[in-house]
Amino acid sequence: MLDNIVFGGYIAAALLFILSIVGLGKQETARSGNAFGIAGMTLAVLATVIHTFTREWNTVGFVLLLVALAIAFTVGLLYSTRVAMTGLPGLVALFNAFGGQASAAVGINSALQVESYPVVSDQIVHGVTVWAAVVVGALTFSGSIVAFGKLGGRITSRPVVLSARWLVMGLLGVGLVGSLAWYLAAPNIWPLVIAHVLGYVFGILMVLAIGGADMPVVVSFLNSFSGWAGALSGFAIGSDLLVVAGTIVGMSGIILSIVMARGMNRSIANVLLGGFGTADSTGAAVAMLDADGNPLQAVSAGADEVAGWLRDADSVIIAPGYGMAVAQAQHPVAELTRRLIAQGKTVRFAIHPVAGRLPGHMNVLLAEARVPYDIVLEMDEINDDFPRTDVVLVIGANDTVNPAAMEAGSPISGMPVLHVWESRQVVVFKRSMAAGYSGVENPLFVRENTAMLFGDAKASAEALVHAVGAPASV
Amino acid sequence: MRIGIPDEAPETRAAATPATVTALLTLGYDVVVQAGAGARSSFPDHAYRDAGAAIGTADDVWSSDVVAMVGEPSPAQQALMRPGQVLIGFLHPRSDTALIEALAARGVTALSMDMVPRISRAQSLDALSSMANIAGYRAVIEAGHAFGRFFTGQVTAAGKVPPAKVFVIGTGVAGLAAIGAAGGLGAEVTATDVRPETAEQVESMGAKFVKVAEVEEVRSSDGYARDTSADYAAKAAELYARQAATVDIIITTAAIPGRPSPKLITAEMVESMRPGSVIVDLAAAGGGNCVLTRPGETYTTDGGVTIVGYTDLASRLPGQASQLYGTNIVNLLKLLTPDKDGELRLDFDDVVHRQMTVVRDGEVTFPPPPIEVSVAPAAAAAPAPVAISTAAAPPDQWARFRMVLMLVAGWLLLSLLLPGGFLSSILVFGLAMVVGYYVIWGVEPALYTPLMSVSNAVSGITIVGAITQLTSPLLSVQIIAFVAIVLAGINCVGGFAITNRMLAMFKRS
Repeated sequence: MLDNIVFGGYIAAALLFILSIVGLGKQETARSGNAFGIAGMTLAVLATVIHTFTREWNTVGFVLLLVALAIAFTVGLLYSTRVAMTGLPGLVALFNAFGGQASAAVGINSALQVESYPVVSDQIVHGVTVWAAVVVGALTFSGSIVAFGKLGGRITSRPVVLSARWLVMGLLGVGLVGSLAWYLAAPNIWPLVIAHVLGYVFGILMVLAIGGADMPVVVSFLNSFSGWAGALSGFAIGSDLLVVAGTIVGMSGIILSIVMARGMNRSIANVLLGGFGTADSTGAAVAMLDADGNPLQAVSAGADEVAGWLRDADSVIIAPGYGMAVAQAQHPVAELTRRLIAQGKTVRFAIHPVAGRLPGHMNVLLAEARVPYDIVLEMDEINDDFPRTDVVLVIGANDTVNPAAMEAGSPISGMPVLHVWESRQVVVFKRSMAAGYSGVENPLFVRENTAMLFGDAKASAEALVHAVGAPASV
Repeated sequence: MRIGIPDEAPETRAAATPATVTALLTLGYDVVVQAGAGARSSFPDHAYRDAGAAIGTADDVWSSDVVAMVGEPSPAQQALMRPGQVLIGFLHPRSDTALIEALAARGVTALSMDMVPRISRAQSLDALSSMANIAGYRAVIEAGHAFGRFFTGQVTAAGKVPPAKVFVIGTGVAGLAAIGAAGGLGAEVTATDVRPETAEQVESMGAKFVKVAEVEEVRSSDGYARDTSADYAAKAAELYARQAATVDIIITTAAIPGRPSPKLITAEMVESMRPGSVIVDLAAAGGGNCVLTRPGETYTTDGGVTIVGYTDLASRLPGQASQLYGTNIVNLLKLLTPDKDGELRLDFDDVVHRQMTVVRDGEVTFPPPPIEVSVAPAAAAAPAPVAISTAAAPPDQWARFRMVLMLVAGWLLLSLLLPGGFLSSILVFGLAMVVGYYVIWGVEPALYTPLMSVSNAVSGITIVGAITQLTSPLLSVQIIAFVAIVLAGINCVGGFAITNRMLAMFKRS
């Protein structure tokens, strides 16, 4: 009877996880979605604890469980409540690393516990899934740790590519296949340890080679891997609950990776196997010359001048990018938004799919600054409105607003971009005239209807708030 | 390619203004405007020239690759056309089949501006809507001109003046524009429509919506109102009769494209109106909603009711009409010129191109295949968003079926070799993939970060696997399980906690 309740609990937990994702689909139900997830997880853990310890009591095991849970709660809650929202991408990557490592550990344990197999096919299936859980879990861990370092600025966000990369990757592949063959031929712990270490190396090399602006794809991809690792360890220990939950996470990560890659008009393989900067990007100087071949000059403007334009404007669109997050400019930008709305203007945000370092990163930052979510629009929703817009403020975005993407022959050709230049006046907040992440010059900066507001985005936004005047009547 | 803008006298509107000429030039086209084309809408030739257009003769215009006009080409103009040319204008293909055949005989391609499908993507080129908006506004101005009193109520030293009562029948674009204009002048406005779901839009404009008693649902498949049942008509007539006796001004807008307008206001109703009252009949072109309407004319009945039956209300605001129509034309050409290189590309796979094209290279393509449009009732004053499904050629479903059958056969062979428990896990795995796929595509992009952090937390489910390993007799297994629980636990607890924190920040305005 107890077994039935436990099994029923697993089924319910799996359904609760699905409901959790369904709930997260819409703003109105998102919080209940999270609650569904928590309920599912609690149920799953309780059912497992009851099932495991009623079948066979083990005092050491139970003490270890309590201690482990205490540590997990303390550390998890401490991290998640203390971290600043700008550190969020790093934290997501870090948690992801832990999940991957846990899957690898469960896989190894499952290998340690097995004494003999009834039939050969069992051994092969178990062997392959254990091995795969270990490798995928290990590379999720090391890859996520590198991503964590890159997102937090501890590791350079430039792509780092070994000179003999393909040779190294080939050797790694041979090593991994060899470890699998060894493990299947003679089940023991050592081939798994080797596979584990090789997985670490593979993850590090993979993520090191990917640059900062491709991070949304990589983080989604690692997220997906942590799910597949969980599903694989589920196969290894014969737990359908792990299979369901892991698979849903895996699919979620894959779909997000696809969405992000589409946002850059590149394939996932293209992003993962080598990015911009490493490839040839010499066809860059597009349209930066006038008709006589003289270089075009960007026009710079002061905060007072920009404030004047804003005062005369009826409709304003703000296009933020990663630069806004780096400069922590979301709070003054939100204040500016409130003041402009209080003055009767239409103010909206245009979010490019790959703006920031995480899928949906800008939305979270703007939400933190208390910008209402119904004025934060996706690229497809707002792209046709630029011709009817008086002023566009581009804050810390570059490649996502680059008109060169509309022309052939540029490394970013075909990437969907925000058509900010179709508005009457564009103001670009920027530290200097440097090219964007892709290394492509941005002809937007030298267009006639573009003005540059040089300086730190946060300072510029604060100056604008001041110059626009009329405090929001909240 | 060159676009020609003809002089369409006596039509007061022009298909381009100096501002839209600039926009056409940026699409890569050359523009030639016939001398005097914009004169009646207050755009002198030199303004077009300053905007970059050439000023030419009728021959120059009609030898262009594309001719954009407001109305239909006259026989004399048709004689100047040549095969391969593209003609854009209000061509009324539903009623004027002779013109369509004449154009086909000339071997041209013709796009009719009154065939723009009512889908959200095509709103920016919906010239019927932009003209209806102007007509609705002008209807109120005409009414005010004929009405011998104030619109707004006033209390003066010489006594109190009640506000004028305006009743609007039909709350499409024209009706809503009339409501807005009349309300803006201070009148007390009531309105009705066969589609009760428009009540919200009417109320959002500050007018009162009156419902016909016992309305049966009138669904429209193309976004326009249709003829309604006899029973409904009787009930509606009661309502109109009641209103006619009390209001000062009636504005009727019940026009059905390509068909005679329904008769809503009877002679008795007109008789019941007070002397000095006004009826503006926006459906006059189709014969009028009022039986006494004389299309194209304004007159006063013996009972002292002025009936305005002008059929050219939009042309009576020529500057405004040319500006909006010209912008509709620019938006159409944007759609037809995807590469902005001045080359017009007609793509029959695009439902907008297909619907609007009535003649292609001398072949009549009217009527177009039907498209299903259902107007969502929930929208407020903004034009209702519409969903659209086109009958695209289905991909070969049997190729896919055969492929799947082969995969199934392969799978059956493979399953012979696999242990049973693993097979049932594979079933769960397959179903979870399918469910996950559909559920995750439903997530709003704005919530991708919370989705990621929740799914991250869910991936900590490996904690369950680790817990089962705690009772192992091997201490090494127990220690590894302990480490796994700590890691997976942090992942779970932290993931859910951070998601909760994030979601608490998302607020509506």
